[in-house]
Amino acid sequence: MTDVLNPPVTTPSDDHGHEEHHGPTGILKWITTTDHKVIGLSYTVTSVLMLVIGGLFAEIIRFQLATPNANLVSLAQYNELFTMHGSVMIYLFAGPFAFGGLANIIVPIQIGAPDMAFPRLNALSYWLYLTGAITMLAGFFTAGGAANFGWVAYAPLSNSINTPGAGADLWIGGLLLTGFSAIFTGVNLTATIFYLRAPGMTMFRMPIFTWNMLVTGILILLAFPVLTAGLVMLYCDRHFGTHIYSVTGGGVPVLWQHIFWFWGHPEVYILALPFFGMVTEIIPVFSRKPVFGYKGMIFATLSIAALSLGVWAHHMFTTGVVLLPFFSIMSLLIAVPTGIKIFNWIGTMWRGQIWFSTAMLMAIGFVVTFLIGGLTGIYLASPPLDFFTHDTYFVVAHFHSVVMALVLGGMAGLYYWGPKITGYLLNERYGKIQFWFLFIGTQVFTFPQYLLGLRGMPRRVAIYAHDPQWKLLNDWSTIGAILIGVSTLIFVVNVAVSWKKYPAGDNPWDAHTLEWFTTSPPPHHNFYRLPQIRSERPTWDYNHPEHRSLGHGKHPGLGDPHPEVVED
Amino acid sequence: MKAEAKLMLGLGLFFGLMCAVYWNWSLENAGGVMMFAGMLLGFLPGGYFYWWSRRMKARPEDDPYATQAGGAGVIGSFPGTSIWPFTMGMGAFLVVLALVFGIWFLIPGLGLVGWAVLGGTSEGRRGGKV
Ligand code: HEM
Ligand SMILES: [Cu+2]
Repeated sequence: MTDVLNPPVTTPSDDHGHEEHHGPTGILKWITTTDHKVIGLSYTVTSVLMLVIGGLFAEIIRFQLATPNANLVSLAQYNELFTMHGSVMIYLFAGPFAFGGLANIIVPIQIGAPDMAFPRLNALSYWLYLTGAITMLAGFFTAGGAANFGWVAYAPLSNSINTPGAGADLWIGGLLLTGFSAIFTGVNLTATIFYLRAPGMTMFRMPIFTWNMLVTGILILLAFPVLTAGLVMLYCDRHFGTHIYSVTGGGVPVLWQHIFWFWGHPEVYILALPFFGMVTEIIPVFSRKPVFGYKGMIFATLSIAALSLGVWAHHMFTTGVVLLPFFSIMSLLIAVPTGIKIFNWIGTMWRGQIWFSTAMLMAIGFVVTFLIGGLTGIYLASPPLDFFTHDTYFVVAHFHSVVMALVLGGMAGLYYWGPKITGYLLNERYGKIQFWFLFIGTQVFTFPQYLLGLRGMPRRVAIYAHDPQWKLLNDWSTIGAILIGVSTLIFVVNVAVSWKKYPAGDNPWDAHTLEWFTTSPPPHHNFYRLPQIRSERPTWDYNHPEHRSLGHGKHPGLGDPHPEVVED
Repeated sequence: MKAEAKLMLGLGLFFGLMCAVYWNWSLENAGGVMMFAGMLLGFLPGGYFYWWSRRMKARPEDDPYATQAGGAGVIGSFPGTSIWPFTMGMGAFLVVLALVFGIWFLIPGLGLVGWAVLGGTSEGRRGGKV
């Protein structure tokens, strides 16, 4: 154990405030580390690997659908593929990438903390995530194959009669592990942000990314225990003869849907909020302006999170047993704070000096793509429309607009913070080529699916009727999927090409927040020294004393004689 | 501490209201219970923070004029490295495999978890390694 001191201002501390770290090396270092940066990096690498695995499943699915009666895979294999594609992407990529990967590395540094509040718990989160991922994927190596009841595991399809076999149980077991992993990360994030901020870093000076991660942490604590409990009950139904989700023994199958979506909709915001945060860090930096509407952004984040807990049954409109007006109104209300965010991002760029770096392009791509997904979400939130589009490709297109936006946002985050984490920049030319493949691929991939849905093509089918229109639209979607696959390859090539080639320095983007004040990569326990914190842009204030940030709502020349004194 | 307290209490209040509206309108129990639990998750930590915020003076991180030097001093103990999270993770892995492949996996699984609990706790007392 090391006692960590708060580093004093601007005196490079050679005697105290940091200590040289002589620990184990190699594999033992990886296994025993409690450093949030190493854990976060493990998370990032593992989750990007999951993105590649899930992406491979997706490419197989798209090739199967390129012709109406293809037999690239059997019908049973197709069920396994779409189940595991969704599961890998939602449970093993998007969430862990955001809250275990980038947030784990960046949040403590952004608030001037030496580590997460519970470093050993943080390490445990990673091990539970890794073993959970292995458990879930191990289903492919069992006799009956992997889970095949869809990523939502609806009862009664998921009971022991309809889907017997180890694959389904491994799916449940894997989710128990990753579920606890997420809960521990939620605990860690909230505790870190509430208790380890540097002096002067008040709540309303925290970077928006940190704010969003705080709210994500709280949402995790609200949502994940529900899923974990639901899974335990599902396991009991399968093996111990309880009848919680089966009519025969007096249970209620639709209860599973309530439980699942009570986790599931907050989960989509657990996935989305971190990426909102990343983009909100990136757009101001590359527009060379402070963020437009700082407090409005925080208010929007909070209201999105609060409302997201009251909308779960918009996934269950067609069950006929949910309160349509309540869930419809609540879902439509979420569009308001989401709109505030979109306007604030545009307002930040408005009349800024925009630098179209790869990170910025990816961030703009995120905003556009997310907007498309959000707007079609509003269609789906209206029951009369949803009755026609439920379980069609329209829904598939809706959530792929949203989640592909998250991939764009995640890439923005990697290009932006990668240099801080590794000390080296990525190649911008490859980055921009990657962006265009990813962005165009995403639209070519999803747009035909909207049309397919409106023309009535159901989701989760391996073969479909010989209809020339359906065939053409499916072909376009497959082309889009290929473009997206190529973009991932370009990213891998870029990492290889720029490996340790372009040293980044401490602050390559002239960015605003504390993580850019320390070295790249940051030392053990993160800081040798800290600047005075007087606004939400301490690094900017330090580097540009002549253009220091003003208090919220204050403008130069508007009766504020002491711009260096900032109050909230 | 005040801002933190207000945040959590506010969330609790919102979930409480939503729970009341929803439960009375839909008479559907699963959602009602889950929202009630959401309300508690706002009020319990929120109440705790509020209680503390009234009993302590503003921490350096709550003070907009705090200086770095003013906040200097020991802020906590952080382990340099530890083997116990890994041990516990592998134990939990085996416990979950027991759900699928047979109950005997519980023996090494619970063994590792127990070992990690003991090891981790005593490491904390001893001070552990840097
Ligand atoms: C303005 C916000 C949004 C609204 C109003 C909305 C609305 C909806 C509705 C009503 C459905 C159900 C459609 C059906 O099954 O018939 C749905 C499905 C879905 N949405 Fe959204 N959504 C929004 C944002 C998001 C976000 C941010 C994400 C992910 C990060 C997301 C991911 C999904 C997913 C994964 C599904 C499909 C679930 C399944 O497999 O059945 N949505 N959305
Ligand atoms: Cu939803």
